[in-house]
Amino acid sequence: MLKRILIGIAAVLAVGLVGFGIFAWRSAIAPIQPPPASAFAPELVARGEILASAGYCATCHTAKGGQAYAGGYPMETPFGTIYSTNITPDPETGIGAWPEAAFRRAMHEGVARDGSHLFPAFPFDHFTKLSDADISALYAFFMTRKPVVAPARDNGVPFPLNIRALQAGWKLLFFKPGRFQPQAAKSAEWNRGAYLAEGLSHCGACHTPRNMLGAERRPLVYAGALIDNWVAPPLNAGNPSPVPWDRDELIAYLQSGVSHYHGTAVGPMAPVVRGLQRLPGSDINALAVYFSDRDGIEQRQGIAAPAVQQALATSSVGSGLTYDPAARLYTAACASCHYNGADAVNPLRPELALNSAVSLGDPTNLIQVILHGVGADDGVPGVVMPAFSRFSDADIARIAAYLRATRTRKGPWLDLERKVAQVRAHGPGQE
Amino acid sequence: MTTRFTINGRAVSVDADEDSALLWAIRDDIGLTGTKFGCGIGMCGACTVHVGGRATRSCITPLAAVEGADITTIEGLDPAGAHPVQKAWRALQVPQCGYCQPGQIMQVAAMLKDFPAPTDADIDAVMAGSLCRCMTYVRIRAAIKEAAAAMTKGTAKAKGAAA
Repeated sequence: MLKRILIGIAAVLAVGLVGFGIFAWRSAIAPIQPPPASAFAPELVARGEILASAGYCATCHTAKGGQAYAGGYPMETPFGTIYSTNITPDPETGIGAWPEAAFRRAMHEGVARDGSHLFPAFPFDHFTKLSDADISALYAFFMTRKPVVAPARDNGVPFPLNIRALQAGWKLLFFKPGRFQPQAAKSAEWNRGAYLAEGLSHCGACHTPRNMLGAERRPLVYAGALIDNWVAPPLNAGNPSPVPWDRDELIAYLQSGVSHYHGTAVGPMAPVVRGLQRLPGSDINALAVYFSDRDGIEQRQGIAAPAVQQALATSSVGSGLTYDPAARLYTAACASCHYNGADAVNPLRPELALNSAVSLGDPTNLIQVILHGVGADDGVPGVVMPAFSRFSDADIARIAAYLRATRTRKGPWLDLERKVAQVRAHGPGQE
Repeated sequence: MTTRFTINGRAVSVDADEDSALLWAIRDDIGLTGTKFGCGIGMCGACTVHVGGRATRSCITPLAAVEGADITTIEGLDPAGAHPVQKAWRALQVPQCGYCQPGQIMQVAAMLKDFPAPTDADIDAVMAGSLCRCMTYVRIRAAIKEAAAAMTKGTAKAKGAAA
């Protein structure tokens, strides 16, 4: 009897395994001779270049100091380090032997030319929304890059997670393939913004929290998440900035990296802004329409002006004669650049009472910027914030706590000194 | 590694560790010694230069951060040393030992772009990061106001001439 049960179980397992194997199996697509650059219309290549910029392909597909698009950039995930691959048209180590159908399948379904499943560190869950026309333009752009010989680096993903066939199970659970579907109730601008944000520019990849298996949690779309030792702030009505993100503020930020009230684009957001800058103004406007709606701007009218007044009223707090050591630290280190007069906020003097980093529930971004500053390439172009890394953990914690207490009405950050030590140990994040 | 930037209108490249401070590149590699080392942690203002026109503590600015940037030091503030702030400084005989003064002047020159007619509260907040151990603060404040007045008058004159 027992034997029969065991045989039965084994049979079910075997059938299940074979079934999963068939389910997970994808055919290889026959390799091609790399087409000459002349096979692609220059206009198509030019359009692909803009799309590649607005999808930040180079950010993840280029190693620090390496050749553009040759891969090798390490992405730290909870499942181990995954290295990006070479997407130059080298036939052996890149995508030179990939016909367009294989490239499209990779973008739309997350499957490589040889039929193996790609890890979702590659955001095919967003790129699946891209139109065939945009995929063609991207393909034309990549196939006309200089081929670079750069074999893929071995990923640091442990067994059994490194079994690529298992990705089929992940896809079954979490991946909804399919092109972008416009919402009829929304404007054309909104839908264009949604197409870019949800597809090509894959904003949710950083700004939406992920579950234990690394999939974006759809009910929490744009609720904010930790990534690369930075906080990707909420892009929905849960964003805690005192001044809500309206269209003008979003356009300024996405186009120049400098907002009037929320601060500048730094850390992992800096390459995002540099990438989006290639898009036409109408696309930036569309993104702003989409995100100001996500942010619930219609329901939050009228709270900006009082917030700015309140901020200006606190801008001079701490300066002048004081014996509070935290205030003195703040004044000596921060006020010369961040103080605003009583009349208006100067975006070149980022007002800390309004700055996102001071309002977020997690102090990581504020600590990052105090410790590592902002380079001339990031934030306001050509302007830097120095790096206060020579301050002790205790002093940085003191400044952060002081700003939180005097510039916001939010509760204190807990365990700040340990947090500073952690952020310091982890470093400024990926470059 | 090599960092390239512009200093006082001149393109330069500096071979040094990208984490080393801009101050040392300015003083030791480029040889402009008007910018001073004070505390080395961004708390005294003696090392202040302009990066992209903004007052910046060069002792804690890593070289990597200024790649491609446009830097001005006290030597480049005005070709003849006759910036309105420098004129006010001389007129009121502000310096005593003088060590902190290049940083003070650079900080004031940048401040007056944001606050053309600074109030005492503005001066308190913006100048608090620039220390003077000779305690010339009273003269600094007076010179700031004199420079601001001269610059406002200059701007008004220029506008009048243009009209």
